[in-house]
Amino acid sequence: MTTAHSVDRFATRWAASLKGAVAPAMTRAELEDMLRELTEQLAAAVRSTPFRPELGRAVGKALIDAHYRDTSVLNRTLALLSEEFVAEIGGEIGHELGNGDLMARLSQLHGAVAEGFAIALRDTVLAEQETTQRAALAAARAAEERRRASEARFQAVFAGAAVGIGVVDLTGTVLEVNEAMAGMLGLTPDDIRGRTIGAVIGPENIGHAYAEFQKLLGGDINQFRLETAHLRPDGRVANVDLSMTAVRDRTGTPDFFIGVAVDVTERRRLQNRLWHESRHDALTGLPNRMLFFERLEAAEQPIGLCYLDLDGFKNINDSLGHDAGDHVLRVAANRLRKAVEPDGCTIARLAGDEFVVLIERCGSPDRVAREAEKMLAVFGRPIEFDGEQLSVTGSIGVVHSALVGRDPGRLMRAADVTLYQAKANGSGRWERYDPARGERELTRHSLATAMPAALAQNEFLLHYQPLVSLADSSVRGFEALVRWDHPRLGRVSPGQFIPVAEETGNINALGQWVLEQGCLQAQRWFDEFGIDDLYVSVNVAATQLRQPTFVADVLGTLDQVGLPAMCLQLELTESAVAGDTHGALVALRELAAAGVRLAIDDFGTGYSNLAHLGRLPVHQLKIDRSLLSSSRKGEVVDPAHDKIVAATISLAHSLGLDVLAEGVETTTQADRLRLLQCDGAQGMLFGGPVPVSEAAEVLACQTGRANSA
Amino acid sequence: MEVPSPARMYDALLGGSHNFDVDRQAASNATALVPDLPKVALSNRAFLRRSVRYLADMGIRQFLDIGSGIPTVGNAHEVAQRAASDARVLYVDIDPVAVAHSAVILAGDERASAIEGDLRSPADLLSDLRVRSIIDFDKPVGVLLVAVLHLLSDADRPHEVVATLRDALPEGSYFVISHLSSANRPDEAAQLGEQARDKSGVPIIFRGREDITSFFDGLTVVDPGVVELPLWRPESEADIDEEPGRSLGLAGVGRKDAPAS
Repeated sequence: MTTAHSVDRFATRWAASLKGAVAPAMTRAELEDMLRELTEQLAAAVRSTPFRPELGRAVGKALIDAHYRDTSVLNRTLALLSEEFVAEIGGEIGHELGNGDLMARLSQLHGAVAEGFAIALRDTVLAEQETTQRAALAAARAAEERRRASEARFQAVFAGAAVGIGVVDLTGTVLEVNEAMAGMLGLTPDDIRGRTIGAVIGPENIGHAYAEFQKLLGGDINQFRLETAHLRPDGRVANVDLSMTAVRDRTGTPDFFIGVAVDVTERRRLQNRLWHESRHDALTGLPNRMLFFERLEAAEQPIGLCYLDLDGFKNINDSLGHDAGDHVLRVAANRLRKAVEPDGCTIARLAGDEFVVLIERCGSPDRVAREAEKMLAVFGRPIEFDGEQLSVTGSIGVVHSALVGRDPGRLMRAADVTLYQAKANGSGRWERYDPARGERELTRHSLATAMPAALAQNEFLLHYQPLVSLADSSVRGFEALVRWDHPRLGRVSPGQFIPVAEETGNINALGQWVLEQGCLQAQRWFDEFGIDDLYVSVNVAATQLRQPTFVADVLGTLDQVGLPAMCLQLELTESAVAGDTHGALVALRELAAAGVRLAIDDFGTGYSNLAHLGRLPVHQLKIDRSLLSSSRKGEVVDPAHDKIVAATISLAHSLGLDVLAEGVETTTQADRLRLLQCDGAQGMLFGGPVPVSEAAEVLACQTGRANSA
Repeated sequence: MEVPSPARMYDALLGGSHNFDVDRQAASNATALVPDLPKVALSNRAFLRRSVRYLADMGIRQFLDIGSGIPTVGNAHEVAQRAASDARVLYVDIDPVAVAHSAVILAGDERASAIEGDLRSPADLLSDLRVRSIIDFDKPVGVLLVAVLHLLSDADRPHEVVATLRDALPEGSYFVISHLSSANRPDEAAQLGEQARDKSGVPIIFRGREDITSFFDGLTVVDPGVVELPLWRPESEADIDEEPGRSLGLAGVGRKDAPAS
């Protein structure tokens, strides 16, 4: 009888025989449990009646299922399934069947176990291979799916991008463009795909782009940009900002190009509008000053200019209001434009009611005159505003570069000067540039603009003319006379620049400068020669006197320099103190009270109102040189003038004023003046205006003489 | 399938058929050099079995098996679920084919799944939503790094990788590590490494005992320590197939404990 004990023993032997065979799943104990079960099955198979050897198949299969797949496992198992098995398990059956039969049964059982092992092994291997193949396929599908998803994502980005994207191969053929790119050009992607890059960047840009593509291919650059303007099929123009980049392989060789495009049409339009607005006049739509000067700078020579100013425009504004003024400007601008633009001229509004017409390639000055005539003609019809017929005229200054030169600034000044001339000659007319007159005006203009800088750069200097006593011919003072050493124009006469200074207001700064320099010089002389009653006489312009700070400026300067007030004389013209100038009178009184000497300059050229003079705190009367000159040849003194001079001196003395004669050139004149008891004189006879060094010599000489006397 | 995969080579060494010709070829090349290599594979699989059982006995119910390969016979989820039916296992492997393979094998098992992931990016792995949906990081985790760290080169900074995982897991978690080692048979280890790298394109780094032991820095190594594969808590003398002194693999289990105060 088969005992549990014998089964255990057999299973243990069996397990031991399998030692070293690869089977990872079980511990030795688990293996023995399994083999015990299998031993029972084998025993049952051998014993079966009728004999069923196929029961052995399950044992072979069980080994495979437990992962005992090595063929050595089958070998060892079958080896045990002989004497070992008979000894432990089969003895009893052997008795029943006979040993020969038992061995035959075992042999058949071997076959069945081997068959079961083989079939299970085959099935397992096939199943595992099937699983493995399926896994490989699934992994490949998953990878493919990921690739597809990635591509779909890219497609979504590509298609949905707001910027235009295009892919171009190395031959310049467009492989792919997105909707945005095609949309910018007014096309569909299908329209562009397969065409050359010219379809995207415009055929006119091919030349430039080709060179850039070569640089991309050569690796000199990584990217280039160009802005192109396309005529879309719908007739609109699209401005596209395109960047082309090369996509390179691992060796750096370009594989293809990627273009990224941004539609800059709106931006460009806005820029154009801003450009236009910054260069045009909002009221009339004409080019403004900025654009006009750009055109003038770039204009082809020779150039003609017509500078027009509406006559009495201020009156229209003042009496009818700004709406009327604006209306007149708009109508005038419109008419002028229609008159001159067909001739290829540029018309601009420079300011207010000033318009200018630029004629390029203007062969002759007559051509400019014709344009001026046309411009004036537009005012032949009145301008209607609010039911009223307004008669408007304009004056025009006409210049041509042949007469003025091509410098735009000079041309404009010449036109301005000429316009002023036309206005002065009566309105509603044009005037041609007069070179002689214009030159003067232009000089005035350039002096006016140069003066502030000249003051700063010490281009001005003072000359001094002696003021002498007629009694002993001694020098009592010096008149300070300003000179200008212009770096380009040379010595400019005061007759030229003083009026300009007065017009421009520069006279205040200039006068103050003269005052300071004169006082400084007087102080130096005082230090050097010790003449305590020597004075310096400085001219003061009417505008200076009207400056509220004038008195403070004068007294401040004296204080700063440390010069006694009595050493400073201010010369004023009659006109400066004439009339109802209460402020001036107060100022003069303050100055006089402070001890400053005051003189009336050029007496006899104005109204020569002695009655008025009586009320002024003046110390000296300077008789103008014109009263000393002779009107008739051969005579030294004009008899009429002589009487006036005599009367003036006498009257002045009666008012307690000194009298000094200007422009004394001859001893005859001096003798006569002495006879008339004139106190002082100045003029060529006693010395002209000289530089400070020479004036010092005069003083040195005089003090030396005084000392030696 | 032109390149052998470590996962399928391992299966071939274990006598499985979840592999292709290239894998069998690579396995047989290696076996020609070191005839007992299949036994190393067997020892390793047996260590996995024993260590997972140990962790289950210690109460671990969630396992993160990184570098799992193909979960054929005797793999972690079988062992774990046999020990504790509520155990969950997440397999992670870098090889998409192995992951697909796992998915086929694991079909129908709600407590086991496999995802593709890269051990070299532990931070990504830890923040992977699929990982987070299976592993509860508030409860102890059994992290299995069985026969995988030797596939990471030093440039992959494997020690930092382990440290990152260690720092992210709660106390009471376990780390199971086995690693091919040059400790016992340096010459054969060197030859195998060379062959694997040059012929099979599967770089294997055989590390020394100290180097392998230092993977457990910051962990409490459980008995018997970091030892030859067959010597880690064998069930019985009879279960020791390999001659321990010759084993090419070292293994150990470490526990994250509260920091000593």
